[in-house]
Amino acid sequence: MSKERIKISPDLYDIMPSDYQDLVQSATYGKEDRGWKDIGTSKELIEQHSLCAGCPESMAFRYILASLPNPEDTVMVGSTGCTSLVFPMVAVHNIHSLFGNQNAIASGLKRALSVRFPDRVKDVVVLAGDGATVDIGLDMTLQAWFRQEKFTTICFDNELYANTGGQESGLMQKGFVAKMAPVGKLFDKVRLPEIARESGCHYVVNCTVSKPSLVEKVIRNSVLIAREIGPTYVQLYTPCILEIGKNSMEGLQEMRDSEKPTERFAYKEYVSEPAKQLLAELATKDKERKAAAKQLAGKA
Amino acid sequence: MAETKSHIGTQNKKGQTYTDPWKMLNEAPRKPSFYTGSEVIKEAIRRASCDVMIAYPITPQSEAAALIGELFAEGYIGDYFRGESEFAVMSQCAGAAFGGARVFTTTAGPGTMRAMENFPMWAGARLPIQMIVTCRGINSPLSIQPDTLEIAYLLNTGMLVWHAETAQDFFDWILKGYMVSEEPDVHLPLALCCDGFFVTHTKDVVNLTPTDMCLPPYDPYRSPVPCMDMECPPVRMMRDPFVMKSNYISYATHASWQQEVWAAVERSRKHTIHWLDGLIDTENADAEVMIVASGTAVSQGREAIRLLEDEGVRCGLVKVKSLRPWPAEEICEATKNAKHIFVPEFNVTGWLAKEIKATIPNSERVHAGPHVCGGMTMPPEIIVSEIKTALGLRSESLAGRGS
Ligand SMILES: Cc1ncc(C[n+]2csc(CCOP(=O)(O)OP(=O)(O)O)c2C)c(N)n1
Ligand code: SF4
Repeated sequence: MSKERIKISPDLYDIMPSDYQDLVQSATYGKEDRGWKDIGTSKELIEQHSLCAGCPESMAFRYILASLPNPEDTVMVGSTGCTSLVFPMVAVHNIHSLFGNQNAIASGLKRALSVRFPDRVKDVVVLAGDGATVDIGLDMTLQAWFRQEKFTTICFDNELYANTGGQESGLMQKGFVAKMAPVGKLFDKVRLPEIARESGCHYVVNCTVSKPSLVEKVIRNSVLIAREIGPTYVQLYTPCILEIGKNSMEGLQEMRDSEKPTERFAYKEYVSEPAKQLLAELATKDKERKAAAKQLAGKA
Repeated sequence: MAETKSHIGTQNKKGQTYTDPWKMLNEAPRKPSFYTGSEVIKEAIRRASCDVMIAYPITPQSEAAALIGELFAEGYIGDYFRGESEFAVMSQCAGAAFGGARVFTTTAGPGTMRAMENFPMWAGARLPIQMIVTCRGINSPLSIQPDTLEIAYLLNTGMLVWHAETAQDFFDWILKGYMVSEEPDVHLPLALCCDGFFVTHTKDVVNLTPTDMCLPPYDPYRSPVPCMDMECPPVRMMRDPFVMKSNYISYATHASWQQEVWAAVERSRKHTIHWLDGLIDTENADAEVMIVASGTAVSQGREAIRLLEDEGVRCGLVKVKSLRPWPAEEICEATKNAKHIFVPEFNVTGWLAKEIKATIPNSERVHAGPHVCGGMTMPPEIIVSEIKTALGLRSESLAGRGS
């Protein structure tokens, strides 16, 4: 979609919903350096949300949507779960079909978009909970990676099934007593980031969403690498404050506590060799672009 | 959005000419060819301008799915791959259709059942995917033999459901299927069913259209719902997602959409009649004894009619081509003079007889059967015997049954 396309016909201006008018007037579409700092100053791709007050998923959503390199041509694929309640309020095309099939939907979607738009960039981003990613949808998650499908998979890891009230998930810690895990979870947290690396992902990050600049960098990298090279995976700790018994103000601290070097969400990153090369090339181009812009500004 | 323009008369990458579908299917010269049903599926897809085909092996459709892979290698299809399971394949098909592609897949029996959650989703999302179902047994003990039980499950998904009798039906209906399911007022998936092996693995003379003609490409912008390609501007769809709300608006939203899907099935009726030349075919419609059947049971019914004629019993036939939309009026009309209606079926539950009983007046006229299941063949003599017994005529005992 070109930015031109979202212009409103002057004759229809006053009957367009205000949401839409705002989007056209002050969205970050087309802005090369869009990022989380635009939140609150530019029109966001998400504003209201229907998650619990203080749910870290809502912060994660904001940072991710603000960091998409190319929202004008990005389609997101979700899955049933808390995230599916947010997608109807997100201003990019988004598909919610069933529980767990997000990476299969994205595979078909990305291939269709490649067939239909061979000369254009169309990014696909999957965003789903840990139940959808690692349990019911695991074969489809892995097989998309094996097949080297060119899209990013983001897992909102809240270490349980939040939407159905806190049942055991594969990403839950061992020993945690949950609904349907009445004597505590019997096996370790599935090591999905390692599995992702072994399965062919070119960029894998495991972290929390406590630092917006870090989330921005990770999301940008993961989308750009997926676009050019192959699958990427980002696992973000978005604790379900409701189910672990925290107050709405305590989500941030919970994430900070879990990202300490010895904890399960200590920052971990894997970049494949071709991905490293691409990132280096992109960094050089970025520098050149910024220098040129500075020069131009100096002349003006 | 990309411009919607006519492609007719122009050529695709393979040098095939996009041809007016009506002319291609009704006026273009046809070449008789001796092919298996699976090969016929390949030949139809060669002319269908498909963008994406996704495959998974299950007998008896594996051969067709593999042959379409050859078409991809030859450059007739945009993309092709084997998914990881039928549930995944149907989800991949959904993704491709959401992205505006013309999509094709094939499945059978247990595969259909494994994928089942996708079908009402396809219909609800208005994805005009075409799926060939080469029916086979679905229950334990495992069977690969033809058995049409799975059609019963498809009938309530919101998909269009057609039941082909012959390979010729298959060839024509695959192409016509896209014409019906892609109409803006329909835009629904189509399950094009046949009885596995009987149609897929036998050779028949099929009249094919020229290889250098193909259907015009799919235009996703004729869809009644937005194509998920970011070519039309997105808006936040809702301020307050109704999914999890227990209030009247959420119920009404879901209910009205469900009704809209079924209304679209109804709206497909006129297009189906146009392309298939009616939802049913009839023979001897004034007879007092009628056979109503779908799929290869129709062929067996035809043979039974010939045998009955030799014995002085006049019998008519209704071939039900489309199961969704359901030809209620047509069946009522075609059976209005019938005192006895027989419904031979290749399944144990008799879903077609149930549908007919629920449709026609004086439904005690319907004799549900004969039924064969588990992949049994249905010798026409069984149909003859069932009819003669019901009419109180002496019937010779059938071989193998004892006396
Ligand atoms: C086939 C199927 N089984 C079960 C469900 C019920 N269900 C809805 S959401 C959910 C759990 C989601 O958990 P997760 O993916 O971790 O996301 P979260 O809600 O934690 O964000 C389940 C089991 C469903 N919708 N579909
Ligand atoms: S249930 Fe948990 S994960 Fe879901 S919105 Fe509430 S706090 Fe967030």
